[in-house]
Amino acid sequence: MLKVDQIDVFYGAIHAVKGLSIEVAKGEIVTLVGSNGAGKSTTLRTISGLMKPKSGTIVFEDNNIAGMAAHKIVASGLCQVPEGRHVFANMTVLENLEMGAYLRSDKDGIAKDMEDVFKKFPRLLERKEQVSGTLSGGEQQMLAMGRALMSKPKLLLLDEPSMGLAPLLVKEIFHIVQEINEAGTTVLLVEQNANMALSIADKAYVLETGKIVLSGTAQELASSEAVKKAYLGG
Amino acid sequence: MNSIKKHDLATLGACAVLFAIVQTLLFVDFIGPFWELNIILILINVILSVSLNLINGYTGQFSIGHAGFLAVGAYTGAIITVKLGLPFELALVVGTLSSALLGFLIGLPTLRLNGDYLAIATLGLGEIIRICILNIEYVGGASGLMGIPRFTTFAWAFWITIFVIFVIKNFKNSAPGRCCLAIRENEIAAETMGIDTTKYKVMAFTIGAGFAGTAGVLFAHYFYIAHPASFTFMRSFDILTMVVLGGLGSMTGAITGAVLLTAISAALAEYPEWRMVIYSLTLIILMINRPQGLFGSKELSLKMFGLGGSHNGRATESK
Repeated sequence: MLKVDQIDVFYGAIHAVKGLSIEVAKGEIVTLVGSNGAGKSTTLRTISGLMKPKSGTIVFEDNNIAGMAAHKIVASGLCQVPEGRHVFANMTVLENLEMGAYLRSDKDGIAKDMEDVFKKFPRLLERKEQVSGTLSGGEQQMLAMGRALMSKPKLLLLDEPSMGLAPLLVKEIFHIVQEINEAGTTVLLVEQNANMALSIADKAYVLETGKIVLSGTAQELASSEAVKKAYLGG
Repeated sequence: MNSIKKHDLATLGACAVLFAIVQTLLFVDFIGPFWELNIILILINVILSVSLNLINGYTGQFSIGHAGFLAVGAYTGAIITVKLGLPFELALVVGTLSSALLGFLIGLPTLRLNGDYLAIATLGLGEIIRICILNIEYVGGASGLMGIPRFTTFAWAFWITIFVIFVIKNFKNSAPGRCCLAIRENEIAAETMGIDTTKYKVMAFTIGAGFAGTAGVLFAHYFYIAHPASFTFMRSFDILTMVVLGGLGSMTGAITGAVLLTAISAALAEYPEWRMVIYSLTLIILMINRPQGLFGSKELSLKMFGLGGSHNGRATESK
């Protein structure tokens, strides 16, 4: 479904992602784990078009989307939940979700998906009319995810959904990610919380200073000594 | 939808009454030439602040080069009527369009910048326009373009102001307007929702620049002259001050800001030595006590006083 081939991404003179290649098959949950500054978010931002790669190709469903404008990439069915949530702070929860369906015009489908989102995130339903800037961190993360789902993506990119959340909430969020995946959406997940990420993923890549250093099925990596030592706390 | 139209008609009716009253007062000379001039100036400033509010308030792009577009409108309009001897109506249209075109051309590259960088770029742009005009002999260079006939009447200024307010108000409530608000709220999120952020930023910038041009045509055709000194960056700051004072992102705020500041400045005209002191003090006091501006990002409406309509009108509508 998604094939990233040898991309190089720079921040000015800093070579943040170096010849990185990953592959995501339809229906999978794939995770990129690694420490701070490894280039995980940069990779995700490059895939979703917020950044442009200097070289390499990104093929999404037979189209090369490398360097395409972000809004066009969204239209092709790939939606990112940016790191740090980024909700429209002065809009209500409902308005945020409506923004998510910005590119769609099928009213019935939108209404149905709205219901689905509220079913997945009952807390959002309770706070439908609340201004989203006043939600808690966890609720904002749910809103950002719900909003992304409203665009009915084929591939959902999640950037650090656990950032700054209480452990219980993290569990809940990951559980929902699994649900979303079971409902047919492919997920590419970037996480620092490698333990959690590996527990729900099918396939995983380990990033270090802009390069893939390890890859394999999530189980393989979770039991690998090197990964355990570096990321899973012994 | 029906109720919105009704509401608009009611507002339009109120405007017509207001217009009739002021026009009558002008006609019987109750309002003398000094205040007539200031009323026109207020209307021009309302156009400027409302159009700048579209860029700075609704779309969240910090532009401070509005005087540049004002200048383009003023000079283009004057060229049409003075140099080419064509009618005022045409001057209004061409002045608006040329300003909008310039806004579009400038907007494309500069709106990729954010925050401070955009502010500096637009500030520079305003100055570049002024310096260019200063050096074009055809339009009078440093001595300005003189002999412009006074075509701007209270009626012209008033109805154009109402028109601009209506256009911008409707733009805000349209789909592109919503996109602009989303960009202001969070550009990254807007982008990841599939909004072509550059397109809507440029759209807002173009419309705002165009209406500043309209204000320029009115300005030049009231004061008989278009002079580069009227379009310095201080003029841009004046407009910005009106918007910020009223509350960034509030249409009624922008209107109030323009009316208030122009009126204060006019009322203090008799005490020139105290004028800037009082003017500045007003601003300082207001900014300390209400940093979000008079209205914040809210609109003045009957709802504000708990009258008429449910508070979630829009949200319930879309259910």
